[in-house]
This record gives sequence, structure tokens and C-alpha cells, in this order.
Amino acid sequence: MVDVRSGIGEALPPPEVEDVELYHPHSWWTRYVFSQDAKIIAIQYATTAIAIGMVALVLSWLMRLQLGFPDTFQLVDAEAYYQYITMHGMIMVIYLLTALFLGGFGNYLIPLMVGARDMVFPYANMLSYWIYLLAVLVLVASFFAPGGPTGAGWTLYPPQAVLSGTPGGRDWGIILMLSSLIIFIIGFTMGGLNYVVTVLQGRARGMTLMRMPLTVWGIFTATVMALLAFPALFVACVMMLFDRLLGTSFFMPAIVEMGEQLQHGGGSPILFQHLFWFFGHPEVYIVALPAFGIVSDLISTHARKNIFGYRMMVWAIVIIGGLSFIVWAHHMYVSGMNPYFGFFFATTTLIIAVPTAIKVYNWVLTLWRGDIHLTLPMLFALAFIVTFVNGGLTGLFLGNVVVDVPLSDTMFVVAHFHMVMGVAPILVIFGAIYHWYPKITGRMLNETLGQIHFWVTFVGAYAIFFPMHYVGLAGVPRRYHELGEAAFVPESINDLNAFISIMALIVGAAQILFLFNLVWSLRHGREAGGNPWRATTLEWQTPETPPPHGNWGKELPVVYRWAYDYSVPGAPEDFIPQNHPTPGGASHEAAP
Amino acid sequence: MSVMMVFLAAIAAIIIWWLAQQRLASRPWLEVGHAHDHRRSQPLPAEKVGLGVFLAVVGSLFALSISAYFMRMASSDWGALPLPGLLWVNTGVLALASLALHRTRIEAERQHDDAARTALLMALAAGLAFLVGQLFAWRTLVGSGYVLANNPANSFFYMLTGLHGLHIIGGLAALGRTIARVRLGALDRRARLLIELCAIYWHFMLVVWLVLFVLLSGWANEVIDFCRQLLT
Repeated sequence: MVDVRSGIGEALPPPEVEDVELYHPHSWWTRYVFSQDAKIIAIQYATTAIAIGMVALVLSWLMRLQLGFPDTFQLVDAEAYYQYITMHGMIMVIYLLTALFLGGFGNYLIPLMVGARDMVFPYANMLSYWIYLLAVLVLVASFFAPGGPTGAGWTLYPPQAVLSGTPGGRDWGIILMLSSLIIFIIGFTMGGLNYVVTVLQGRARGMTLMRMPLTVWGIFTATVMALLAFPALFVACVMMLFDRLLGTSFFMPAIVEMGEQLQHGGGSPILFQHLFWFFGHPEVYIVALPAFGIVSDLISTHARKNIFGYRMMVWAIVIIGGLSFIVWAHHMYVSGMNPYFGFFFATTTLIIAVPTAIKVYNWVLTLWRGDIHLTLPMLFALAFIVTFVNGGLTGLFLGNVVVDVPLSDTMFVVAHFHMVMGVAPILVIFGAIYHWYPKITGRMLNETLGQIHFWVTFVGAYAIFFPMHYVGLAGVPRRYHELGEAAFVPESINDLNAFISIMALIVGAAQILFLFNLVWSLRHGREAGGNPWRATTLEWQTPETPPPHGNWGKELPVVYRWAYDYSVPGAPEDFIPQNHPTPGGASHEAAP
Repeated sequence: MSVMMVFLAAIAAIIIWWLAQQRLASRPWLEVGHAHDHRRSQPLPAEKVGLGVFLAVVGSLFALSISAYFMRMASSDWGALPLPGLLWVNTGVLALASLALHRTRIEAERQHDDAARTALLMALAAGLAFLVGQLFAWRTLVGSGYVLANNPANSFFYMLTGLHGLHIIGGLAALGRTIARVRLGALDRRARLLIELCAIYWHFMLVVWLVLFVLLSGWANEVIDFCRQLLT
């Protein structure tokens, strides 16, 4: 139970959490490399994730060159194309998005936003990063292994994933991929325990759950989901490694390969699909929920208005988190499942649209009559809302079995999930970086470069993925490295493909501009001060910027209000920080 | 996936129970001032909460493995393997480790430091004995021709016991660290907490083992068949 008393004059309640004994680094190595400070770990996570993300970006360029100009470049043959598809997907979903949202933003923002000095288990937190780095290195190693990386597709479906017809199936590729995932999950569990327990036990005095910024709610719920869902991928990877290395038949049915009967028999490929998607679908929301949370805070701050329906936003996050565990089989409509199952999963899938739509309405209603500042974070947040709605609408198509079955192997699906879980979360990541970069470095990012980056990325992403829906509806199958002479594909589709490829090159180039901005502004950016956006949440109220080890100086902050006191009538300024004791304005009434 | 669904329902119940105490229906925008969650007079230590969350992850791992076990079992090539009698002894030994840790906890509470240390060492010995016993059980099976890849039942037997064994190794490492800490000097609050954490972890691993044992010995199937007959 929680009770709130509005009498400010009363004695401060005693702290529920004792002030922690911080680890004090003694050398440059323990301060900046093997650091136990969540902020440093966050930067390490983010840098690694962005670096490996750039590899995936280059892979997408190569694939688009092949698709757009199949006869011009001889760079990519069928095998390489499959390898690029697989690595691009796996890197983007797991090693970039998951790691950046939870490991990057989670580490930086959770302790600062809930008013803690650090994560509760700093040592495990440090290990988490180094294990993640090991996972990335193992993944990268597969590029140099004999036979190259695996080409099984990012879903790694057996039996093809471990057969000789698939690149890396009988070589090192698939082994390194599965090992890398297992290592990633072990590392993530260490970090995830930190994020959850810090939110549960490390909050500052007065920071009740219902006073937490939605960013923390989003990351917290996503972490809980990830902790429960990643074991499914873990089990699937271990079992497939057994099949590949030790000759068991968990997933492998009886197979004749190149005229030769393999040792396997009786295994169930569908079992793998169940395990994979039991992880895979929550994964979509593991990426989306932190984005939802961050976008809520960006919109509220830059529209100078409290978030509309805070309670409903919290409930929606929790409900989406719960529902996402019972929709996994909508990825398996074409696996020959019982139609009644299909009906059940279609229903749960469509139900998820309800809390999601509530969130979209609340964002729009927050903007309504707000004092909208079109800053870079705001632009990206607005772009996210539009993109997410677009991607969500095609999700309604694909969620229905009868529509999904003809569309499921076409580029329509590719366009759909890139919109909803590729472009949309990435836009939030950009917005969040523009928003929090001043806190992390003490300097603003360059506005002009940022504007160019935004418009090219936003318009460019639509130029890539809108036509791709048409390509899919025209019947162009996905996973094909060239179409050849297909009678059902009109000539115009080739032009469209070339256009998409050129746009992909341009959008990719804009990201290099962004990286340049990140580095350039470190030295040459405008001085930001402690709270450039005039925001209410705790991370902007640190005594120093960038916050030092321990975050808060001598005294931990005490929280007196929720995170969204913007434009309170009667208040001297248009924001009241969460740790500001006196009620807004002259009267002693509570803020509306 | 029904086993996993049951497990998730249990987790969901815990989460809902906890959320119900967090005043999710409050109106934070109306409430300015001190807010004091007096959830308990004595808040739980972060380590204990952390262990609880970790056990949920481990539970999820085993629930999913068991789900896979049941789904794979449905195919026709399944041939159950006879469990070596040694597993009964191992079960007893693991229960002994759990009991010894329970004992340690009680003695530590009563500040009988020496008795606590002895019981802790006993737990370590029993844990090691369990692990050795499991290895012998594997050897017996391999010796009588039940090797890993022969049959899916064998594969699952080795995988599940192997996963459990890895968690036991982790538990032994934690026990080792605790012993290194309490070997010298009086048992302070921190040491008692470590002992308690070890005890919780080992009780949990015992429960996991009992579930696996029931499952691998095939009684679970009889129970399920019986339930099916009741329902139809």
C-alpha cells in the first residue's frame, strides 16, 4: 500500500532503501573499460550495438543492390544473399534493437530516472556487457569462418538450418550463430535482473510506481517479458546444437540428403517453430514497449503538456506485455496448424490492437492543444506515431488467417515488419539520442545536421517501404535473390525495385551523417546546461552534467510529484521538476 | 506448450498480486507531496528479490524444456528408457543437501556459528555427491547402451539432467563462496543473508529435480492419462 500526504511541512519519511556503498574505481581501466557504473556500461552497450548495426546496414545495401539491379552487379550470389538476409535480420532484431533499448537506454535511464545511484548489482551489470560483447564477437567470427555465416534466415528453421543445402548448415555458420545467441541470453539475463530489481528496490523516496516516467515503465515491462521469453530461444538453440553436433533428433525428421539417408528421424520441426515464436513474438514488444515509453516522454516534454491518460498508458503497457505471450502462433499460420488454433490466435492478435490503439489515441490527445516545439526529438516522435500506425494497420491484414496465407511469402510481410518493428523503433532511438545526448555529453547535437538526418530518414524510409507493399501485393516472393523471368511480375515492378534500392542507399548514407554528428558534437556542440529541454524527470535534475559516478552528489533526491507537471496553471514556470517540494503556483491545491 | 502456459499463469498471478498493491488506480497528477510506500516494515534485500526474479527465469527455462519434452513425446519413435536405481539415491542426497541448508539457516538465526558452518559443509558435500551420483547414473546408462542419440527419450534425459546439473554447479559455486566468507569470523547479517539465498536456491533446485524425476520415470504420463480419463 502507498499513501500520499500533501503536507509538505511534515518530516521526511525515512528512506526505504539504504544508500548504497558504491564501488570506487581506482584506475583508468576500472573507470572506463571494466566499469561498474551503469552510465559507462550504457555507452559501451550503445556503441557496440550501433557498430554491429552498421554491419547490418551495409548488408542491407548489398541485398538491395542485388534486388534492384540483378544483372548489373555480380557481388551477391544466392548463397551470399541468404547469408546477408540472415545476419541482417538477426543483428537488427537482437544485437541492435534489444541491446540498445534495454542495455543502452535501460542502463542509462533507469538509475537516473528512479533516483538511484547505480544499478543494484553493478558487478553483474558489468559482466552483462562483456558477455554481450563476446556474443557479438562470436557472431562476427562467423563471417570469417569456413563456409561463412549461416544462411538459414533469421528464424533459423530446422531442418534446413543444419543441412548442407543451406550456407553454413554443415560448416561453422550455424554453430557460431546458435552459440552467439546462447551467450547473448546469458549476458542479457544478468543485465535484465539488474533492470528489474533496480526498479523494484532502488527507487528514491517518494518515487511510487505510479510516479515513474513511462520510459521506465516501458523498459521495466519489456525486461520482465524478455526474462521470461528468452529462455524459449535458449532451449531451442541448445536443442538445435545437439541436433547439429551430437546427432540427436529433437527437431530433425527422417531426411534423405544428396541421396544419403541421414541419422536423424522422428523429430519435429514444428516444435522448433513453437519455441522460436514463443520467444519471437514477445520480442516484437520487447522492442516496442521501451519505444512506447520513450515516445510518451518525448511528446509530453516537447509539447509542454502532461501525458494524456497516464494511468491508461501504464495499464496498456502491462496488458500488451501479458497478451503478447499468447499470440505467438500467428507467425505459423502457414505451418499447417489446426484452423481452430488459427482462429484463436487471430483473435488474440486482434485484441492486442486495442491497448495499442489506446496508446496512439493518448499520444495524439497529448499533442492536442499542446505547446508543440518541433525540436528534433519531437520530429522523430511524431514520425514514430505515423509510422507505427501505418505498420500496425498492415498488421491487421496479416493477423487474419485468410489474408495472411496468400501474403505470407511475399514482400508485403517484409514491408510490414520493417515499418512496425524496424523503422518505428529506430525512429524512437534517434529521437531518444537527440533528447538525451545533452545529458550524456553536456553538449547539444548539431541542429542542421539533425534536420537533414531526420527528413532524409523519414521520407526515405517511406519511399523504401511504401512501394514494397505494392511489390508484395503484386506477388513478388520474399527470400528470392533474383526474380528471373516470372510471367506474373509486371515490368514496372523492376523499376520500383530499382527505386527502392536507390532510396535505401540514400537513407543509409544519412545514417553516416548522424554518426558524424554524434562524434562532431562531442567537441563542437553547443553547451547544453543541465536541463536544456526544461524537463521534469529526475535525470535532468542531477547536480552535475554529465552526471558523475553516483549520480546525485551527497543527497539522494526526494520525489514529490509525478513526471508530467508541464504547464501547471499558476506555476511560475511551465514545468515543475519531480523533486520540487512546493505545490505549483500560489495556492496550495494539487496540480490538475 | 500447456506446461509453459501453466507456469506463465502462475507468474502472472504473482505479478497481478504484486501490482494490486501498487495503487495502479491512483491519480498521481492530483497527489503532490510525500509518498511513502510502506510495503513492509522491513523491506526485502535487493539480493533476495534478485534471486526471486532469477528463479522465475530458471523456472521458465525448465517449463519450456518440459513443454518441448511433452510435444516431442507424441511422435511414434519415442522409447522410454529404464531409469537406473541410483537416481533414487541421488534424490535422497539432494534432499539431504537441501535439509542441511535448512539446518544451516536455523542455526545461523540462533547464532550457533559452529553448528551452522558444519551444516553448510555438509550441504556442500551432499551437493557434490549428487553431482557425482548423476555422472555415475549417466555412465550406467551409456554402459547399457542408452546413448544420447539413439532415441529422443534418451536425448531428453541427458539434456534435462544436464541442464539441471549445470544449475547445481552454479549452486555449488555460490555455496563455495558463502563458505569462504563464513569460514572466518562471526556470522554477520550479510553472511546470514547469503546462507538464506543459498538455501532458497537449493530448495528450488530440489523441487525442479523432483519434477524432472517424476517426468523422466514416466509417472507423469500415467497421471496425465488418468486425468484425461476423468475428463472424457
